[in-house]
Amino acid sequence: MKNSIFEKNTLTWIGIIFITLILLIFQDKWVWASKYPRELIVPFSDWINFSMEKFIEQFGWFFLNISWLLSWPIIGAQWLLHSLPWIVVIFLVCFIAILSSGVRLALFTLSATFYMVLIGYWEESMNTLALVIISVPMAVFIGFGLGVWGFFSKRAEKVIMPILDIFQTVPTFAYLLPILLLFGFGTVVGLIASILYSFPPMVRNTILGLKRVPDHIIESAIMSGANTKQLFWQAMLPSCKKQILLGINQSTMAALSMVIIAAIIGGTADIGWEVLYYIRKAEVGQSLVVGLVIALMAIIIDRITSGFALNSDKAVKGPKYLKNMRLNYYGFAILVSILLFIVASFFQVLADWPYNLSIWVSSYINNFFETFVKTFRTEIKLLKTYTLFFIMLPTKIGFQQAVSPFTWGFQLEMGHKIFYFMSFILGALWFLKNKKNEIFIFLLLLMIFLYFGLTNMPWLSLLLIYSFFAWRVGGYKLALGTFFGLGFIVVVGMWPEAMISIYLCGIAVVFCFIVGTSLGIWAAHNSVVSSIIRPINDTLQTIPLFVILIPFVMLFKIGDFTGLLAIIIYAIVPSIRYAENGIRNLPSEVIDASTMMGSTKMQLLFLVKIPLALPVIMLGLNQTIMYGIAMLVIAALIGTNGLEQIVFIGLTDGNMGKGFIAGISMAIIAMIVDRITKTISEKRSEALGLSIK
Amino acid sequence: MKNNVELSKQIKLSCRNLWKVYGDNSDDFFSNNSYSQEDPSILSKKITEHGHIVANADVSFDVHIGEIFVIMGLSGSGKSTIVRCLSRLIEPTVGKILLDEENLLGKSEKELIEIRRHKMGMVFQNFGLLPHLNVIENIAFPLKLQGLKEKERLEKAVRVIELVGLNGRENNFPMELSGGQQQRVGIARSLAVEPDVWFLDEPFSALDPLIRKQMQDEFLRIQSLQKKSVVFITHDFQEALRIADRMAIMRDGQIVQIGKPVDLILNPKDNYIRDFTKDVPWESVLKASDIIDKSQKILQKAEEVPFDMPVAKMLPLLSKKSVGVVVVDQAGKKLGMANAQSFVTALATAEN
Repeated sequence: MKNSIFEKNTLTWIGIIFITLILLIFQDKWVWASKYPRELIVPFSDWINFSMEKFIEQFGWFFLNISWLLSWPIIGAQWLLHSLPWIVVIFLVCFIAILSSGVRLALFTLSATFYMVLIGYWEESMNTLALVIISVPMAVFIGFGLGVWGFFSKRAEKVIMPILDIFQTVPTFAYLLPILLLFGFGTVVGLIASILYSFPPMVRNTILGLKRVPDHIIESAIMSGANTKQLFWQAMLPSCKKQILLGINQSTMAALSMVIIAAIIGGTADIGWEVLYYIRKAEVGQSLVVGLVIALMAIIIDRITSGFALNSDKAVKGPKYLKNMRLNYYGFAILVSILLFIVASFFQVLADWPYNLSIWVSSYINNFFETFVKTFRTEIKLLKTYTLFFIMLPTKIGFQQAVSPFTWGFQLEMGHKIFYFMSFILGALWFLKNKKNEIFIFLLLLMIFLYFGLTNMPWLSLLLIYSFFAWRVGGYKLALGTFFGLGFIVVVGMWPEAMISIYLCGIAVVFCFIVGTSLGIWAAHNSVVSSIIRPINDTLQTIPLFVILIPFVMLFKIGDFTGLLAIIIYAIVPSIRYAENGIRNLPSEVIDASTMMGSTKMQLLFLVKIPLALPVIMLGLNQTIMYGIAMLVIAALIGTNGLEQIVFIGLTDGNMGKGFIAGISMAIIAMIVDRITKTISEKRSEALGLSIK
Repeated sequence: MKNNVELSKQIKLSCRNLWKVYGDNSDDFFSNNSYSQEDPSILSKKITEHGHIVANADVSFDVHIGEIFVIMGLSGSGKSTIVRCLSRLIEPTVGKILLDEENLLGKSEKELIEIRRHKMGMVFQNFGLLPHLNVIENIAFPLKLQGLKEKERLEKAVRVIELVGLNGRENNFPMELSGGQQQRVGIARSLAVEPDVWFLDEPFSALDPLIRKQMQDEFLRIQSLQKKSVVFITHDFQEALRIADRMAIMRDGQIVQIGKPVDLILNPKDNYIRDFTKDVPWESVLKASDIIDKSQKILQKAEEVPFDMPVAKMLPLLSKKSVGVVVVDQAGKKLGMANAQSFVTALATAEN
């Protein structure tokens, strides 16, 4: 190669950078290039609103009838759970916990459920539970059916999979919009939303499980003379029982989180509504007390269902008498329940916990946090302003606007500007000389980007940059998808809000990826660190999203910064996990061989382990982004300004069209980022000849 | 402890000009009958050049009643495909498979299920046990599929459990057993329906060498009691020699040579076979019956040796008795004389 700058891709990049600069320089003249003209916005949202209105006029009665029909099982479940004394319900749940994973879980369940009684939120908890109990079997039934269909028919799988993608990437709030309009207010909306949200994991796990049934088991069953039905029900299904139970576990967790989120539309009198109510009233102490109920409920449900899954392949030893003993167990459970029921009818305390016996801890929590905030007022304020001035503002509006005497203490003079650009350009040229063209391009883009800020970048050049990047990563298909996807966002006029979403989420993701991956690598080498981090990660992953918000709201009040922190704390988990797993599961021969060649620990890490684990680490990045977007949606509750806020507003004032379009836009961004990161990971692992589990 | 019956000439299972080609529209090559005139190697090459994968090319062999027929080949030689074609786990592209003179390829799915339920048993390399059933339930699984009552199927299962020596393990689950024990369960299950034809697809390849040897003996013991018509797949030449009545060596989807083990050793068809056979010590493979000198008259007084005694064990006798020994079969019938001279003659013919 004569000169690396003449490489085709590099030249294209330089061309794109050139266009960007020209657009930026002439942005006052060519306003259309930096801000998409208002007149050209396609009024999709109006069309949606209009056709939805017509549709409801025509078919509204149909959905209202379904709604009426579906309300009965909910009412039934609620009636049942309410009419049973709490002591009976607690006993039954603990009994199930023992069956699932033993006495320790049962003890935890006992104290957790008793906490719900003690703080006086038993009824609300039962309302939430009722919704979950009704929606999970339906979701599992639908999911299992679709999964089996998708497994047996390639064509069906091709249709089902993209639909699942959409269901899982459309922001949770956006789900509620059309359902709300079709089915009216009330608990049924929560039910339907949670079914729609929780059946996809069941489909995926069913297909995965069936695909993983080993050939030799299928062949041996056929050779034993099984017909198609017997093969499926007696050989394949039992062999993938574990995966299917895991699917039920994931579905249940999804259902619970959706039920909680659905509380936002109100009318449910469930626990999610209570939390929201106190958050809005800024009574954070109480919201934390109630939020803990959700967290505990999530942990119990998760541990019980995953317990059944994980213990399913531990064979039940021994012959028949154990089976009989199990029967006796059930008999025993029924007997005790009846006994407790009778006892409870004599002692009212055991059926309805009296209000005056409930304990009120919220004031202590409030006091604690207040004292904390008072004591560390300056530190908290410093943290907040520094992050705002030095990280958030520059990303959002660029050094050009962010640097001012008020924020940085000085004005950007010509000297500063020359120094800034020259140091970047010199650095970039140095990399170019060393034939690291990609870094050269990256530095140039970073220079422009940091100076002007994400929200000031012309939409046209961002469209070009993203599409060309997608083309480099995954070929023309990915590039076309990116171009039209982002183009849609531009055309419907959601671009400015989309950039604000990307800015907030982007900062969080970069932070999570750097810090999380480092933590994960550390944990992979240090079992103490690993054993400390793991339970924290587990808990963070189980707790429904908006409980995570509460402590941050307490400390930092509402706003972008709080949203950022909440996203970080939630989205950092997969980065840690994948990095640790990636490093831990490397083939030991390679490590041994490198050690024997005399590499130091650092060389081993940077030259062997990280490059080999890169595909898995990239998957971690992918998951971090997905988690970040999921949390971003919820962060709308505490007043961020991106797409998520439009979805949220659409939900609260019933402007379905706009909210829905914003939701679709978020889904588009999520899907594009997902494809790009996954493709990078796949290509890396292919190049390394590894397979990712 | 080999199958010491004189082989019956009656054919149980027969594979005729069987082809298995993977790839879209690969049957086009066989759409007119002219393909059978072509040399299979050339045709196979032609098909491969079109981007298809030829797993089996023009495979033909017979399995006699009560015989252990071993198909030996290295990985990728098509041996596993052929046994799956025989059981129609895989659909062959063209050819014929005759079981009791009926073409299996013409059978409907329903008929096939019936055949598998009553006439075939198969043992798999990775055992193929159902993880959610215990030993006895696994063994009784084929019977359950047939719709037998629980009592009846447990009775039958107990019988085969004794046959494979797993008494006392009835209630264990597969994951609680060692590899050798798991394969015993696999063997028991395949025999539970009392099949005529017994397929074993590398049954002992996943086991440790010591266990493998035990299981081979065990297999020969069971076969001596059951007298099934066996198709046994292996990649291990020594294993093939130990257990085969007759064997076929496969390469690139084609059968290179078929014969008794001793035929292959004494008369390897080409260098490929010779590579396998050259390190085999002849004196341990040659049996008394292989070195009979037909021209010599039977001496009534000479010492008798059984027909399947390895020549290595006969050497001291041969060196002492210059007249030689009488080789007798199971029933005590005298087959002929063997002496040092005839041993050397047998070796000499092998050299060519």
